[in-house]
Amino acid sequence: MRIFVNGDQREVEPGTLALALTALGYGGKKVATAVNGRFVPAPARSATALNDGDKLEVVAPMQGG
Amino acid sequence: MFYGVELSSRLLLGTARYPSPKVLADAIQASGAEVVTVSLRREAGPEGSGARGGQSFWSIIRALGVRVLPNTAGCHSVKEAVTTAHMAREMFDTPWIKLEVIRDDETLQPDVFGLVEAARVLSEEGFEVFPYTTEDLAVADRLVEAGCKVLMPWGAPIGSARGLNNVYGLKALRAHFPDIPLVVDAGLGVPSHAAAAMELGYDAVLLNTAVAEAGDPVAMAKAFAMAINAGRMAFAAKPLEPRDMAVPSTPVLGKAALGD
Repeated sequence: MRIFVNGDQREVEPGTLALALTALGYGGKKVATAVNGRFVPAPARSATALNDGDKLEVVAPMQGG
Repeated sequence: MFYGVELSSRLLLGTARYPSPKVLADAIQASGAEVVTVSLRREAGPEGSGARGGQSFWSIIRALGVRVLPNTAGCHSVKEAVTTAHMAREMFDTPWIKLEVIRDDETLQPDVFGLVEAARVLSEEGFEVFPYTTEDLAVADRLVEAGCKVLMPWGAPIGSARGLNNVYGLKALRAHFPDIPLVVDAGLGVPSHAAAAMELGYDAVLLNTAVAEAGDPVAMAKAFAMAINAGRMAFAAKPLEPRDMAVPSTPVLGKAALGD
């Protein structure tokens, strides 16, 4: 199925957010996630199913003022 | 003292816009800052270099052992800011959040209505909110009502290096909130601006661009730290009020009569 990852279209197997993150290469990285504008805490990732067209945001620590 | 946390440095430093990670780390150390601001941005996948930030940036900050104050920079709505705060709390494992809800892109002026609403939502959820606000007294009052125990009025628009645009307003805020920690956040250009804020009785100063984009950020970090200490010391020493007429400093009595 097709989802949007940080604004880019990506193809992933249907499944959970946790599986998608691993498939997309974020496994083991320190990231926080939101699906369709809602925060998904790390412990909830393996119970969160992704649907076709979902908008996934994956963020990391960055410089800031 | 921010939300029960006692700090010895009165300088909070931003981590953006430094010429290199090494200069960033050296500047933080030279400044003596115990709190640095950080943000959350989209993380590149495995194909991304990650050189700009992400995991390598985080390891630098961790190695310095400083406390982090995550921001909601760039958020324009209450929903965006609240969601960003949630992500930041998980990422950085802190209830602290520098709350920014921006209205105007030219001046980066806060949307104070959205700010108060987001501050209330987050305070109720247990966040310890550091609101980036204007020097407006009524807004500050609303923020305190919403649960904020720190206020961070701007000196001038972010990155503008203009200094304290409204000294009268900042003074009034200090007088109105004698017991709330007040931090001048944003708009400072040179150490004398920071000293002036401290002389008004502000508790601390938060800055970024003035250090990061100086010709020598490490030296400038040190200069700001010294100015902040000097300003604080001057405030504690109770400075003179300005007056209109001259007052001779040398005694008049006992002057030799040498005229005709």
